[in-house]
Amino acid sequence: MSETQRILILHGGLLVLLFVLQFVLPAYHHGNLARIMVLATYAVGYNILFGYTGLLSLGHALFFAAGMYGMGLTIQHAGFTPAPALLVGLVAGALVSGALALLALRTAGVAFMIVTLMFAQAGYLTILYFGEYTRGDEGFVIQQAQRVLWGIDLSDPTNRYFAAWGLFGICLLISLWLVRAPFGRTLVAIRENEERVRMLGYDTFAHKLTAMVISGTIAAAAGAFYGLLFGYAGASFASVQYSIFPLLWVLLGGAGTVLGPFVGTLFMFYLIDLSSGITTAYMLIAGVVLVALTLFAPQGLTGELRRRVWRWLP
Amino acid sequence: MTKLIKDTTRRGALKTMAGAAAGAATMPLWARFAQAQSSEPIKIGFQQHSTGIGAAYGRWYGRTTEAAVKLINENGGINGRMVEIVAEDDGTDPKRGAEVVEKFATQHNCDVGFGTLFSHVVIGSAPRAGELKLPYFVVSEGHHVASGMLNRYTLQPGITDVKSQVQAMAPYVAENLGKKVTMVFPDFAFGHDHRDFFTAAIEAQGGEVLEHIAIPPAETSFTKYFPKIPRDTEVLYHVMVGPAVLTFVKELGEFFGPSRPEMFGFIDSLEAVAIDSPGLEFLEGTYFWEGMPRHAQGDQSEHDKFYRAAVGVNERGASVSDPTDISTYAHMFGCWETLYVIKAGMEAAGYQGPGDRAALIEAVEAMSDMPESRAHPQGAKVFNGKTHQVFGHQYISRVEGGKLVKVHTTSIEDTFYPDEVDYTTQPL
Repeated sequence: MSETQRILILHGGLLVLLFVLQFVLPAYHHGNLARIMVLATYAVGYNILFGYTGLLSLGHALFFAAGMYGMGLTIQHAGFTPAPALLVGLVAGALVSGALALLALRTAGVAFMIVTLMFAQAGYLTILYFGEYTRGDEGFVIQQAQRVLWGIDLSDPTNRYFAAWGLFGICLLISLWLVRAPFGRTLVAIRENEERVRMLGYDTFAHKLTAMVISGTIAAAAGAFYGLLFGYAGASFASVQYSIFPLLWVLLGGAGTVLGPFVGTLFMFYLIDLSSGITTAYMLIAGVVLVALTLFAPQGLTGELRRRVWRWLP
Repeated sequence: MTKLIKDTTRRGALKTMAGAAAGAATMPLWARFAQAQSSEPIKIGFQQHSTGIGAAYGRWYGRTTEAAVKLINENGGINGRMVEIVAEDDGTDPKRGAEVVEKFATQHNCDVGFGTLFSHVVIGSAPRAGELKLPYFVVSEGHHVASGMLNRYTLQPGITDVKSQVQAMAPYVAENLGKKVTMVFPDFAFGHDHRDFFTAAIEAQGGEVLEHIAIPPAETSFTKYFPKIPRDTEVLYHVMVGPAVLTFVKELGEFFGPSRPEMFGFIDSLEAVAIDSPGLEFLEGTYFWEGMPRHAQGDQSEHDKFYRAAVGVNERGASVSDPTDISTYAHMFGCWETLYVIKAGMEAAGYQGPGDRAALIEAVEAMSDMPESRAHPQGAKVFNGKTHQVFGHQYISRVEGGKLVKVHTTSIEDTFYPDEVDYTTQPL
C-alpha cells in the first residue's frame, strides 16, 4: 500500500467513523461530538499556523470571534439568513487575519506572540465597547427561527451534527491537502529554517501571510458555525482564554499533525467533562495530566504515534 | 406441514433449567426497578458557578440550595418523591454552561435545570435548554428573561430582574436624596442596564442624570474618572462590581473628603464583602439597594428568621460557623424561593417525569400571587406568566455604624413595567 493510500484510508476512515457514530452515540455524547468537531475545526485552523508554519499566535480568539460576530451581527441587525451571514463571518475572518498578519508578521518569536495577544485583547474590548450592538459580555441569542439554513433547522441535533461533521470534514481535508502540497512543504521548511528558505528564493513573508489568512479564515468558520449551531454569540469567546484553548488542543493532540487538533480537542473535552464529575478542582487534574503529557509525550498524542509507530503520518 | 421435533437431551434440559433459573433470579431486580419508577428521586440539575468569577456567589447559592432541599425532603419531598440535587460546575462560562445544560438533560436525566446566576451564562445556556425542552429556572436577576430574548422553557420565578429593581429605586432617590444624579458604572452589559433603566426612571421622576461615567472592565484605579463628576451632583449612583470595588470606595473617599454628595449604590458590588471592612468607612451614611436585607432588622419577619437559621447565616449576614464568610444575602434567597416554586409547580401539574415537563411550564405560568411565607421569605411576589418573570418588593438600606439599616421598602407595583414578550404564544 502506498503512503498516499494509507493516508487517505486513515483520514477518510476517521470521517466515515464520525459519520457512523451519529447513528449509534447516546444523546449526550452525540451533542458533545458535534461541539468537539466545531472546536476541532478551530484547532485545525490554528495548527496550520502553529504546527506547520511555526508561528505561535496568542490571538486566534480574535479570528474565532470575527467569524462568530460577522455571522451573528448580520443575522441580528441586518436580517441576513444563515448562508450569507456565514459568508460574512468567513470574509470578516479573512480580512481581520490578513490585516493582523500585515502588522504582526513584521515581528517574530515572542514579539509575534505579544502583538497577536494585544490585538486580540483590543478586539475583545471593542466588542464590549460597542455593547449597544453586541450586548457586550452578555452576548445575544440567535433564535431558532434565524438558524434555518436552506430549509434545514440547525437547532435539530441530527442536522447540527451533520453540519459540524461537514465543516470539520472540509477543513480537515483542506488541511491534509495543504500540508502535502508544495505550499505546505514550504511552510514546514519555513518552520524548520526560515533563513534557508529565503536563501532558496522563496518569498517567506507571502507564505506566512497566506498561512495566517487560511488559518484565520478556518478559525472564523469555526466561530461562525459555533454561533449558528448553538444559538449564542458572546464576548467570552473573544477572551484570551479562547486563544489559549486551540494552542492547548494542538499541543496535546500533536502540533504539525493533521489529526492532532481533533485528538487534542476530544481528549481535553472529555478530560474536563469527566474530571469535573469527580472534584471541583478539576482544573488541577487537567493541569497534572497536561504536565504529564508534556513530560512523557512532548510531541502530543498523535505526534508520539508518528514517532513510534506510523512514521508516514502527515 | 411437518414439524421438527428436537430430541430432549440431558444437557439441553439442564441448559433450559439453568436459563429459567437465571431469569427467575433476575426477576426481583427488574421488578424492584419497575416499582422504583415512581419512588425515584426528582433530579434537579444545579448549574453552579463553583469556579470562575461567580465562585463567591456559587458557594452561597449552593448552601442555600442544600438548605432548601433538605427542608423540602424532610417535609415529604415533591409529590411524595425525594429531591436530589445534581450539581455541575459551569466555570461561570457560557460555553461550559450550555454543555452542562446538555449534561443535565441527556446524561443525568434531570427533570429540570436550575440556579444560574451570571447573565452571560444564562444567555449562552438557555437556547440549549429550549431545544432540549428542559425547564430551566434561572436565578440571575438579569432582564434577559422578561426582555423576550430567551424561550418558553426558561423562567425566573424566584428573583426580580434588574429593570424592575432599578426603576423602583428612582422615586426614593428623587424624593429623598436629590434629583441631579451622576452615574458611575462598569462599561459592560450589567452597567449598561443600570445606565439605561435608571436614566429613564429618574427622568420620569422629574430628575436628570448629569453625567454617565463608564469605567472600563479592567480598570484598577479610578482617581482619573472622578474629576468628571459635575460639581452640582446631588446623588452619586454607583454599581461597581468585582475585586476593584474596595479601591473604588477608598479613592472616592480620598477625592471627596468630608463633603460628598449623597451616595446610592447597588449591594451587588459588596456581596460577600463585610460592610465594615477596613477601607469601606467612607460608605457610612450612604444608601444601598438590597434584594433582601443582609443584617437582621428590628422588624425581622418570622420567615426571615427561619430562612436565616436554615441556611446557617447569622444576624450580620455571615456564616454561623465562620463570621468572616459573608453571604450573598441580597440574591441567594432566589435559589430557595425558586425551589419552592418548582415544588409548587410540580405539585400543581401532578408531575411524574420528563413527559410532564410541558405541564410543569404551564403550571408555573399559571402562577400569580406568592404571599410572604417560609417558601418566600424575601417577601410577597407576583409572577407574570407571560414574561416568565417575578416581581417583588425591593429594599433600600442606609449604612449606619457599620450596619445596613433598612429605610425603605418599595411596593411591588413600583417594580412593574409593560410586558415586552408573551412566551405563552410559543409552542411547548
